[in-house]
Amino acid sequence: MKKIINEMKLRLPAVGVNEAVARSCICAFVAELNPTVEELGDLRLAVSEAVTNCIVHAYRDSLPTDRNANIYISVRLYDSREVSVEISDNGCGIEDVAKAREPMYTSTVGCERCGMGFLVMESFMDSLSVKSTPGKGTTVLMRKIFKP
Amino acid sequence: MTEDVIISEKDGRLTAALKCELDHCSAKRIREKIDPAVFMYRPETLVLDFTDVHFMDSSGIGLIIGRTEVAAEVGAAVRLVGLSDGLMKLVRLSGIEKISGLAVTR
Ligand SMILES: Nc1ncnc2c1ncn2[C@@H]1O[C@H](COP(=O)(O)OP(=O)(O)O)[C@@H](O)[C@H]1O
Ligand SMILES: [Mg+2]
Repeated sequence: MKKIINEMKLRLPAVGVNEAVARSCICAFVAELNPTVEELGDLRLAVSEAVTNCIVHAYRDSLPTDRNANIYISVRLYDSREVSVEISDNGCGIEDVAKAREPMYTSTVGCERCGMGFLVMESFMDSLSVKSTPGKGTTVLMRKIFKP
Repeated sequence: MTEDVIISEKDGRLTAALKCELDHCSAKRIREKIDPAVFMYRPETLVLDFTDVHFMDSSGIGLIIGRTEVAAEVGAAVRLVGLSDGLMKLVRLSGIEKISGLAVTR
């Protein structure tokens, strides 16, 4: 049985500056597992995509001043050199998750999104699950196992 | 605040040297600086220099595709230079190297 060796929870307002904040916090937190530069780069990228989606899509209909537009992040480290990252929002949710996950699908127009977010999370992490309820929000759960 | 992008022009080459982490938040600011310069100088080549970019997510890919379209409006081609191994990994996944009017020279 794998054991949890450390755990972190973050709540950040869904605003642009927190893309970089979330990336830095998570990368600092996993440092004790001594990931390689490439593993850390993969994780940083996947986190950036998930957090950006909360900011760009989840709260697209709320005002920038909405105090309830938050990103909830929960990170766990296991003694098996595994990291799990759960990133959720209480935003608009996704009607059709399978379609949203298709490479190059984006629901946006004119803001230069290229629809690669889920593809990146899937390609650069070891597993990805996406759960969403329209009107309630979205939870993305990703795992990565660092090499021994 | 330090500049996100430094723009210079010489002999029909417009160079945008990017100086920050490239995500959704910074991409918007950067394109607002590059696009007016493209229309002002109407260069033959727009060089996007990634030498000082230590992180980029898919917003950067969107930025590159968008600049290729803007450059095409004035007949310019886009060249990417200075991409690190980390950035190349994302560039390869995106397949943007196949877009016409876009060249990747590391
Ligand atoms: N947290 C979220 N809340 C609501 N919709 C989302 C969320 N994450 C992703 N989506 C939807 O899934 C689509 C695909 O996401 P993604 O692959 O990251 O591409 P992009 O962000 O470039 O549009 C988005 O265009 C959006 O419609
Ligand atoms: Mg996205």
